[in-house]
Amino acid sequence: MASQSFIWNLAKTYFTAGLIGLTVSDRYASFMAVRGFSMSPTFNPHDKKTSGIVLDDYVLVEKLCLEKYKFSQGDVVVFRSPTNYKQKNVKRITALPGDWIHLSSFDTVKIPKGHCWVEGDNAACSEDSRSHGPIPLGLICGRITHVVWPPQRIGRVDGKITEEGTLPL
Amino acid sequence: MGMETLKRLTPFVKESFHQTLRVLKFFCCLHVTNTYICTPAYLVGPSMLPTLTEGNIVLAERITTRLGKIESGDVVLVRSPDNPRKIVTKRVKGVEGDVVSYLLEPSTSDEQMSTVVPKGHVWVEGDNAYCSHDSRQFGPIPYALLHARIFFKVWPPKDLSSIGNKVPYI
Repeated sequence: MASQSFIWNLAKTYFTAGLIGLTVSDRYASFMAVRGFSMSPTFNPHDKKTSGIVLDDYVLVEKLCLEKYKFSQGDVVVFRSPTNYKQKNVKRITALPGDWIHLSSFDTVKIPKGHCWVEGDNAACSEDSRSHGPIPLGLICGRITHVVWPPQRIGRVDGKITEEGTLPL
Repeated sequence: MGMETLKRLTPFVKESFHQTLRVLKFFCCLHVTNTYICTPAYLVGPSMLPTLTEGNIVLAERITTRLGKIESGDVVLVRSPDNPRKIVTKRVKGVEGDVVSYLLEPSTSDEQMSTVVPKGHVWVEGDNAYCSHDSRQFGPIPYALLHARIFFKVWPPKDLSSIGNKVPYI
């Protein structure tokens, strides 16, 4: 009988901890693994010297920005893919609503109200707004602020756009 | 002196800690229920007349949207593509791959337009075609913008009913 109440208490503790953990990770901050090389060298830098196993970077995603949906140019965000709602993508915001984007020498696009233009830092292998157009800000589910793994690259993620990206006019 | 006050305060500190924990647990339960199971909503605007009107309180479940089982005809809460801080109520008229036809100017002409809903998107329209800002203006929206599916109307009490796939006739 004592072990039954012990197990019940343990189950209650784990359930409570799970609820609190879920609430904190939904509303405040959580950790996430970044897969793929579309954000090289910011995440998963593709170094020719390190051959063999490439491990994912782990990052800190903050959810407080979802209160006001106020983002700035250069923010790295996590968003649900517009073509597949189950998949989450990580890209950098390069233009905000109202900005004009130069797609090529003769093509310009105005970012509509409530949308933004996202691009991967590694322009060569990144599926982003250049293929599917501007995304609604409502798809965003967090902003990446720090890299937490591997230890040699722990630090703040900077908010600068590389020169190769399409900068707004 | 210090030790005595500390000993006297300990039960108060313990009690306040337990109460705070209880409030925290309640808040977390509320958050998890609202985000993963079911949430109430207070509706504004005339775009879903005659099905729903301003002042209605409805229950919306969050399971169908998460599982990807939203079908044509469901009344849903969606995050507006024009303003991510606003959640609007609309009816799904087409899912990915469907062909949707709609009137360009419902009050003046009979001219129709047809489009195919792209992959990963849905077409939403308000039941009140004359007064609704929906996919006819902002185009198909990504599935991930769907927030919840309305299944029951609870206020006003005389209108207690479940909300289904059919637009009610007046």
